Amino acid sequence: MAIISVTSTSVAVNPLKQSQTMGAVLAFLGLKGIMPLLHGSQGCTALTKAVLVQHFRQTIPLSSTAMTEVATILGGEERVEQAILTLVQRSKPEIIGLCSTGLVETRGDDMGRFVKEIRHRHPELDYLPIVLVSTPDFKGTLQDGFAGAVESIVREIPQKGSKQDPCPTQITILASSAFTPGDVQEIKEIVTSFGLEPIVVPDLSGSLDGHIEDYSSAITANGTNAAQLRSIGSSVFTLALGDSMRGAAQILEQRFNIPYEVFSELTGLTAVDKFLQALVDISGVSVPKKYRRQRRQLQYVMLENHFYFGCKRVALALEPDLLWSTVAFLRSLGVEIHAAVTTTRFPLLEKLPIKSVTIGDLEDFEQLAVGSDLLITNSHGVAIAQRLKIPLYRQGIPIFDRLDHSQFTKVGYRGTMQFLFDIGNLFLEQETRGKH
Amino acid sequence: MNPTPEKINDSFSESNSEDTRQQQKLHKKKSSIQLPQPGTTQGSCAFDSAMITLVPITDAAHVVHGPSGCAASIWGSYSSLSSGSMLYKIRFSSDIDENDIIFGGAKKLYKGILELARRYKPTAVFVYSTCITALIGDDIEGVCKNAIENTGIPTIPVHCPGFIGNQNLGNRVAGEALLEHVIGTAEPDTSTPYDINLIGEHNIAGAIWNVLPLLEKLGIRVLAKITGDAAYKEVCYAHRAKLNVLLSSKSLINMAKSMEKKYGIPYIEESIYGIESINQCLKNIAVKLGKSDLQERTEKLIVEETAEIDEKLSMYITRLQGKRIILSIGSFKSWLIIFAVKKLEMEVIAILTKDNTDEDKIRVKSLLGKDGIILEQNSPEEILQIINSNLADMLITDKRYQDTSLTARIPFLDINTERNHPYAGYVGILEVARELYAAFYNPVWEQVCQLAPWEVGVESAGNSQQEEI
Repeated sequence: MAIISVTSTSVAVNPLKQSQTMGAVLAFLGLKGIMPLLHGSQGCTALTKAVLVQHFRQTIPLSSTAMTEVATILGGEERVEQAILTLVQRSKPEIIGLCSTGLVETRGDDMGRFVKEIRHRHPELDYLPIVLVSTPDFKGTLQDGFAGAVESIVREIPQKGSKQDPCPTQITILASSAFTPGDVQEIKEIVTSFGLEPIVVPDLSGSLDGHIEDYSSAITANGTNAAQLRSIGSSVFTLALGDSMRGAAQILEQRFNIPYEVFSELTGLTAVDKFLQALVDISGVSVPKKYRRQRRQLQYVMLENHFYFGCKRVALALEPDLLWSTVAFLRSLGVEIHAAVTTTRFPLLEKLPIKSVTIGDLEDFEQLAVGSDLLITNSHGVAIAQRLKIPLYRQGIPIFDRLDHSQFTKVGYRGTMQFLFDIGNLFLEQETRGKH
Repeated sequence: MNPTPEKINDSFSESNSEDTRQQQKLHKKKSSIQLPQPGTTQGSCAFDSAMITLVPITDAAHVVHGPSGCAASIWGSYSSLSSGSMLYKIRFSSDIDENDIIFGGAKKLYKGILELARRYKPTAVFVYSTCITALIGDDIEGVCKNAIENTGIPTIPVHCPGFIGNQNLGNRVAGEALLEHVIGTAEPDTSTPYDINLIGEHNIAGAIWNVLPLLEKLGIRVLAKITGDAAYKEVCYAHRAKLNVLLSSKSLINMAKSMEKKYGIPYIEESIYGIESINQCLKNIAVKLGKSDLQERTEKLIVEETAEIDEKLSMYITRLQGKRIILSIGSFKSWLIIFAVKKLEMEVIAILTKDNTDEDKIRVKSLLGKDGIILEQNSPEEILQIINSNLADMLITDKRYQDTSLTARIPFLDINTERNHPYAGYVGILEVARELYAAFYNPVWEQVCQLAPWEVGVESAGNSQQEEI
């Protein structure tokens, strides 16, 4: 049972938090043919884009309603309308993901009404889903924005209809912001090997995995497509991966009576076992040979290397979902959690099997991490790692000084092994230092 | 008080005469006063560029008064380097939340400034307003005044909410803040007739360090660097320089003009990118400082440096001459690429000018040969067509068109790599040559365009279904 403490400073130093807008845009980028649109100043778009481009090392579609001083005083309805019309004409998106920002939320723009009236004025846009999500950056964090966008998507797009018969092999997977494109790819592979057809929302592995396209376009070329989104109502089950996806899974349950289960982590032997057992129960297919073999490999790897992990002290600064799954995995290898810092209050935090969690920034992290053997946070932790002379393992967003993190996989037996090797190697390096 | 639009508009040209007003009206198309358009991505906001301009002051604390999202998003994007204090790398934010929006965030900001002043002991504090805090009307001027009384540390308000306009405006606002609160607040220990200021170079990737040694060799003292690798104190006594050298004409021109008016310091607009430019820059500084012996020494230095560079470039020239290039004009670094490829005897066959000012376009025309193509609308299809019909060898643009170069099967260079490599000065041109050479002769291009053995002879039908897992 963790005690949650909040630091009482009046100044945030080196924020760990990213804005909700960033999370919502990230979620939207997992849909095919989308153009995310931020209703705010140009800078919100430019800066969000800059962070995501740095992180994913590829072009990111993102546009802005470009609020000006005058529009800020008079209200932004015209700007939203003009932006949508311009985008439709120029980039021909299949979906528009509209996010608010702190500026327009403070101003009090009623975006729901805007969209209604724009639809009323422009019936020619009836074919175009516009998913609206409220993402003020003065509250919440990346994970909330991501979850909010997924909730808006499943609330607005899947269609109700008597024509839709349940499809016995189709399941919906909601993957939270804790998962990389590589993770989503692995999850899809595991699920399809049970003969199931997953619809992943959002499917980051389609558009953000970094691959060469045959043609370039201004919108995302891959991801969950509109037809898949509309047919979610025929899924027989929802797998919510990451606790922040619970809300979206509940929406699907209310709308279509689809049962769901939440998996807070997919890293570590027990977690993967549980996930595969669930897939067995849903599909009636037994676990493929490949995974049985991988499981034994993982057990061997754990047995062989556990003494590098026992009683090691690790300090983490991550978003709640990612913190939870990383802590659970490290604990399963006998690691001590020396300090844990996160961005926002979250129901799951109290259940963490550690003494305390701090809601704070990277300055708090730097103070708490003194005396640990390993730091785990995003690339902004580099300077801290240098000052404290403790190795850093990069997780979260943004990561801008590593080449492989989009493809990085930490889920499933294979991903667990990879994760274990990565961290084990850092410990091993520390132990062998001075022996050469 | 926030600066009124009136005041900001005045800073375009420091005189208020009627005919300059008229001229401004005529030049409504200039990007500096162009209003941002919805549904496009044309660049960033005033907040972003005000920070880009001021954050390089290394021993100051830079506080973002707004939600922590603004501070977090902006954190990784500056690669300005420091030879001294690392305080500027730390991101301070008042982390405005819902409560602060309702009750006002000024108190929290004030407490925050006192706290960071106590814990980090900065030489100065810069406070940047953001959209939200400007909208709720937090009085950052008042907070800064109170903070100065309490801490004794200079605390400077910068009024840069994102919605007031684009980057150029942000640079101006940053310049205004320095003029109003910083420049002229201290005196240098000594003064020499060879004192100059360098204005508008942010020392991205250490660019300014390619130039400082040259000036040192000539006995020219850089009194203040505004703001790349600057200590706060040097900006304070910038008003004692004999000459202002403006290194990015657009962004801080108002600053040079007002310093001329206020302190009688003449200014010249120069560039340190490209061999001809740096030669010109050194010559002009020598002429302006008006010492004949200095001019002789400068000529000598230029001869030495260019000879050395020419020798080092010869290898690249043999490998690269005659190659045909298409490039886009984005930042002023693009001009450098043009100079560099000319120096390397390569050929620029087309230039993409989207979102550029008319001024830029005129300049482009003068640089391109008579057969050069200027593209105003840069759709990938158009670029492809030009590549194919002109047998271009290489595309140099921002990342957006990387796919286009792949389709065309020619090498590509990301024009924004200067974030990691300094291109300035004589040494900088070698960096460019190396990048061009490395990109051009990399065996990867061939492989990434290669069809798989089982694809050869098969008509690829767009996006094949089997790709989808």
